Amino acid sequence: MALVLTHEDALRLADTEDGELAILQDEGIGFRGQYLGAVLAETPETARHGADLVEITTDVAPHDAHFRHDHPQVREAEGGADDVETGDVEAALAAAEIVVDQRYSTPLEHNNPMEPHTTIARWDGEELTLWTSTQGVHPARQALAPILGIEPEQLRIISPHVGGGFGSKGVPHADMMLTALAARAVPGRTVKYAVSRQHMFAITGYRPATSQHFRIGAGPDGTITAFVLEAVSSSSHTKEFPEEAIKPSRQMYAGEHRRITQRLLPLDIAVPSWMRAPGEASGMVGLEMVMDELAEACGLDPIELRARNEPVLDPDTGLPFNQRRLLDCLREGAERFGWAERDPRPRARREGGWLIGTGVASATYPASRQPGSQARIRLTAGSYEVGIGAADLGTGTWTALTQVAADALEVDPEQITLQIGDTSLPNATVAGGSTGLASWGTAVMAAAQTFRREHGRAPSDGAESTGEAEENPAEEELAMHSYGAHFAQVSVQETTGEIRVDRMLGMFSAGRIINPRTARSQFLGGMTMGVGMALHEKGELDPRFGHVVNHDLAEYHVPVNADIRSLEVHWLDEEDPQAGPLGARGIGEIGIVGAAAAIANAAHHATGVRVRDLPLFGSDFLPR
Amino acid sequence: MGHPVHLVIDGQQHDLIVDARTTLLDALRDHLGNMSPKKGCDHGQCGACTVLVDGRRLNSCLLLAVSLDGAEVLTSEGLAPDGELSDLHQAFLEQDAFQCGYCTPGQICSAAGMLREAADGRPSVVTEDTDPGGPVELTEDEIRERMSGNLCRCGAYVNIVAAVQQAAAAQPGTGEAGR
Ligand code: FES
Ligand code: FES
Repeated sequence: MALVLTHEDALRLADTEDGELAILQDEGIGFRGQYLGAVLAETPETARHGADLVEITTDVAPHDAHFRHDHPQVREAEGGADDVETGDVEAALAAAEIVVDQRYSTPLEHNNPMEPHTTIARWDGEELTLWTSTQGVHPARQALAPILGIEPEQLRIISPHVGGGFGSKGVPHADMMLTALAARAVPGRTVKYAVSRQHMFAITGYRPATSQHFRIGAGPDGTITAFVLEAVSSSSHTKEFPEEAIKPSRQMYAGEHRRITQRLLPLDIAVPSWMRAPGEASGMVGLEMVMDELAEACGLDPIELRARNEPVLDPDTGLPFNQRRLLDCLREGAERFGWAERDPRPRARREGGWLIGTGVASATYPASRQPGSQARIRLTAGSYEVGIGAADLGTGTWTALTQVAADALEVDPEQITLQIGDTSLPNATVAGGSTGLASWGTAVMAAAQTFRREHGRAPSDGAESTGEAEENPAEEELAMHSYGAHFAQVSVQETTGEIRVDRMLGMFSAGRIINPRTARSQFLGGMTMGVGMALHEKGELDPRFGHVVNHDLAEYHVPVNADIRSLEVHWLDEEDPQAGPLGARGIGEIGIVGAAAAIANAAHHATGVRVRDLPLFGSDFLPR
Repeated sequence: MGHPVHLVIDGQQHDLIVDARTTLLDALRDHLGNMSPKKGCDHGQCGACTVLVDGRRLNSCLLLAVSLDGAEVLTSEGLAPDGELSDLHQAFLEQDAFQCGYCTPGQICSAAGMLREAADGRPSVVTEDTDPGGPVELTEDEIRERMSGNLCRCGAYVNIVAAVQQAAAAQPGTGEAGR
């Protein structure tokens, strides 16, 4: 054994503001699973055995790890979204002919990319190099360097390939810091640390639980007059993170009197973070289920209900929408899915012991572009080297940026040599919020234009230009979102309650689709994760200890091949000039948004049983 | 404190000295630098580490290297000697049967093993009881069922099924598409 590192001998950090990253600084323990030390050894077997031999003594302090929406410590998030309060909701609710008042919940969900988080670190003097897996090398450097007390230039992060992230590699987590601290203890030597699958449930972020209380008042024609959403999400005392389930409700549907509030409850549990479509994925569970209930209460087709509440201006900002084609998605999707043949009555279709139903839900995701990405183009030995610190998480960045560069330079893709995932390349913003390709692609296009302007069509070897993605001014004047519609057919076994998704169809409006092949895979992947959200995924928090009990892939279920049957993806053929020169909005997240609600709505249609807490379990559909 | 073990990996002979606790997966990656199989869980729960051991698909994270003296191990890389892609590799590319690719070497080995099992007439839970024996017909349901030990968090299942079907069709009934 080489070394045991604890809070007594680890490097003192320059900034301990970030409770998640400020590890090994004192004796305090924020949650079960937090790093309290590290064992360094020559082989992983020895290191792991050594860690088993370490004895830790603790004093137990009062703690709380039980999430409930009516907890007295539920409060506003620091720097969270403002409340919406317009008109007089209570009076409008009292006057409404139809009122739906229901609470929905989503559980802890864990990103679980197949590639666990792993970092290799080495200090050479005052310079640190991290080989890791991250959705943004530059943002990670920006976060870590000041905490370590070094200049960004002293930290190099290299991450050319990422084995999936889904948000969990969006910001650096404590494992990266631990590896950097461990390497500091053995200067000049390379230290490798791979987070175990079990430990990922405590260390690498997850989607916190939400409770969503809707009260909706409407006229008999389905027109919404009063809209109330009070959402609460679980958080951590160690570091605050609100899962803003209210986000989609702010802009989806019209309604004169509105109250929309987000609160959170900090607990003594692991630190939550981004998981695919944070806010939208969870928020559209409640919203799209309550819309289904409202449609039923009004005796309206759910698509017609949405059409009757289509806002003219963005209810959130008052701005005009940019290419809001929600209804086109719903209607064209309905056509392809065969929605018209549906008997609207629940529990109307029974085949061989299976109850069969169909459901629909809208999808949405904001379209934005992050300013600040830069790209460099250099002609080297007849090949255009295109460099930008972007990330490919399986999203196809290597392919799509090569294609964008080739188009912009008007050369064959074979003439492009792309370089990404390294802080020694020009700055790139994070692969998150479905902004990656739009932001980096804009920088690459700007660099290509500058290159042609400066060097013409016959550049000489070594010619070089850079370009930068500016802020998109249209984002100030227009409410920019992508939209979509999910349709699902499910079967529920009458005697066992077993639930299967027979088929799903997603119809999306996301601006120009740059690479149809990888785009289809992205949508499919999002919908597949939506099936998991609906039927499988739930981190079971132990209220006594605050850890996730089912912390591995045998107990935390994600969809397997046999769970996924027919999935169809379509998109509207369009371009969005307002979104930027690429004409594209992001597609990494919208595929999951609304998918779970479509399945839950279909399960209700099949059985007549409304389950408002995800995931749906077979037992939910058995006679009580 | 090491133990000698002789392994044939992707056609190459190797003599190793390993810790008794070293798994085949760690022997491949950490001792031999064969990065083809991936570690997704280290507990036999994800399939990312699937390799063929003496022709059978197995999770290499669940095997101790010392127990495999003399075994022949094939990784996805070994199924494409000198970069010569097998029908399966080609089908995965053509069907876009992956996104991040982390699960892919395991999917490929699993598919290769599974095609052989089906060709040998080994039934799965969805195989009809009336099946007369002989090669099992690889319907979509058969493929989904038989590939369910290999998780893909990117959600490429639809395309994986299409790829396995394409590869199976290239050499019907022989189970040789992985070679
Ligand atoms: S790493 Fe072996 S099954 Fe997951
Ligand atoms: S391709 Fe990423 S996990 Fe399968």
